[in-house]
Amino acid sequence: MALLEVEDLSVTFARRGQRTVHAVDGVSFSVDAGEVVGLVGESGCGKSVTSLAIMGLLPKQPGLAVGGKAVFDGTDLLQLDDRSRRDIRGRDIAMIFQDPLSSLNPVIPIGLQVTEVLTRHRGMKGAAAEKEAAELLDRVGIPDPRRRLKEYPHQLSGGMRQRALIAMAVACQPRLLIADEPTTALDVTIQAQILELLKGLVRDSDTALLMITHDLGVVAGMCDTVNVLYAGRVVETARRRPLFREPRHPYTVGLLGSVPRLDAGRGERLNAIPGSVRDVLPWPDGCAFAPRCERRVDACVGEPPALVLAHHGRSYRCVNPAPVAGYAPGDDVRAVVPTQAQPGSVPAQAVPDDPPTVPGLGPAPREEESA
Amino acid sequence: MSDDILVEVRDLKVHFPIRRGVIFDRTVGHVKAVDGVDLRIPRGKTYGLVGESGCGKSTLGRALLQLNPPTSGEVSFDGVELTTLPAGKLRTMRRRMQMIFQDPMSSLDPRQNVESILTEGLQTHGIGTDRDDRRRIIGETLDKVGLPRWALSRYPHEFSGGQRQRIGIARALVLGPELIVADEPVSALDVSIQAQVVNLLDELQETLGLTYLVIAHDLAVVRHISDTVGVMYLGALVEEAPADRLYNEPLHPYTRALMSAVPVPDPDVEDRRERILLSGDLPSPANPPSGCRFHTRCPWAQPTRCADERPVLRDIGGSRVACHFAEPIASGELRPHQVKTQLTRPAGEGEEPHSVSAPSEPGSYV
Repeated sequence: MALLEVEDLSVTFARRGQRTVHAVDGVSFSVDAGEVVGLVGESGCGKSVTSLAIMGLLPKQPGLAVGGKAVFDGTDLLQLDDRSRRDIRGRDIAMIFQDPLSSLNPVIPIGLQVTEVLTRHRGMKGAAAEKEAAELLDRVGIPDPRRRLKEYPHQLSGGMRQRALIAMAVACQPRLLIADEPTTALDVTIQAQILELLKGLVRDSDTALLMITHDLGVVAGMCDTVNVLYAGRVVETARRRPLFREPRHPYTVGLLGSVPRLDAGRGERLNAIPGSVRDVLPWPDGCAFAPRCERRVDACVGEPPALVLAHHGRSYRCVNPAPVAGYAPGDDVRAVVPTQAQPGSVPAQAVPDDPPTVPGLGPAPREEESA
Repeated sequence: MSDDILVEVRDLKVHFPIRRGVIFDRTVGHVKAVDGVDLRIPRGKTYGLVGESGCGKSTLGRALLQLNPPTSGEVSFDGVELTTLPAGKLRTMRRRMQMIFQDPMSSLDPRQNVESILTEGLQTHGIGTDRDDRRRIIGETLDKVGLPRWALSRYPHEFSGGQRQRIGIARALVLGPELIVADEPVSALDVSIQAQVVNLLDELQETLGLTYLVIAHDLAVVRHISDTVGVMYLGALVEEAPADRLYNEPLHPYTRALMSAVPVPDPDVEDRRERILLSGDLPSPANPPSGCRFHTRCPWAQPTRCADERPVLRDIGGSRVACHFAEPIASGELRPHQVKTQLTRPAGEGEEPHSVSAPSEPGSYV
């Protein structure tokens, strides 16, 4: 039994007068205890919304609907009431966000923000809590931790802020840590420090880590299992080495071909994926990737492809996957699971950014919007 | 080859004053964003400039185009000295050197349609005889960057990020420049779009013989498109070498650390490689360390020379390296050691240093 089992998770945003946006569309994956699992995808593919839905952090607003299951250690997180969810959050599941400056409170000293977690979940108070907080800061590599406790977030550099945030997240030794682009805002040498720190923490405490990132390099160095997302659907799941060595889904193949590599020569053409998600409207009924896909066949259009379970715990949603050595096409298929994805649903990736508002010239806000 | 240098920069410095006081505006120090850089870019080649945020790479690019006035030093473009050129002459020179910006959304006017964006430069420089002639030039440019003709009447917000960057490239290209300074041209784009734009820049260089200065923090991107790569740290070049040589044989300790920190999308490589983890953050450019600027974080720093003598770029087998001990480090004679983390204060954020509660370490504040 996996520690976290996400089944057919869907998040939809209904928009007035327009088609509903399926930000997450039938996403399923699992995280075992002590395992590092990656959710990889480009912006708008639904990776962050997935993590927010699991944590119950999506705003409660009309038009936003969350469906499916996220079973953590036997309890469905999506069915919990706010109180019991707050008990789990921070204690059993903790989260690290991308931008440490906006996730730390700017007017409260670091120390108080760390001890808050200890007080809420471990009932520690006063000097004991402060001592523990200092030890936590020391563990994440912040120099002179006692003095840092009295300082405010703006007095720390980006890397140190991210360390403080990690200290808060691991304060209660959670069983699952969700890191949403933890190093995207950081420079590459600082990124290496933070990734090394996360690796160490996970190894030493047997914490499971759900790593959300767009960086395939980070995934290659950290994750045991990788889920590739495209347009709100998991298109391929595989262990780390097989995924990078023999990607099956054409999107994964394209993604790997698009990344310039440090150890490749000058001037080798990158195999870019043609087009972009935004060019593809009206949204197709079948495979969301079909309009940009080089391996497209007639069967791709019509309805979303079923989930194919293949060898070595690999699965993909594709009717014409890239071939692998040693298997004839179709030979490695273990089972086919019918899809839960909605045909023709519009993913968040395809929604254009709002046009910029020009002062004084934009359309007046409609009444129901301003109210 | 040495006689076909398009751009030559000599001892370029850009210092920004730090001002204090309400009534009496006094200068209390300088942020030395660029502090003595020499470089040459041969015609038709790509020079890649890498470094972490705050190392001065963007300022260098802007100073090269005279968008930020340099404090001192010389920039010569095709034999013409730009720093002393009168404003009118400089403006006509600008046709030959253009810039591509990082964020296409904020560098394109949301209220101008694509045709107006592209025509503006043509009109300023008096290119094209009439409207039809300009339309023809614009149309050809759109073909070059792979945008459809119907794009002309559209506004920037109607395009995706990758297409917007193509508009930004078209805006630079329409004047027929020789040099293009691209400041983080792909860092705002998704991976699959990034590859399209990188390929486009490559193709344009081949067909039009452009010279590029590409400024980026992503070493893999720079490695991919550059002939020569310069690595900057705190306002100065620490190493400059042909791209392949720099990546195969980094000589400066900072370059080594930088290379080892870049994740490679290949599990086998990732598991095998040796990481050189630097401790702490980039020190403040307003108060840079004495001697070698990297000595506070350098795992190979030596008690002699490093702290008090600033190393100059010197030639070692085809690379230019600013390190006193590059040879013994390369031969393995010097071994790396542990470095104690020094806390760095973020620059330009939060309160003035003197109004914050007592400083913990003297001199550690900006």
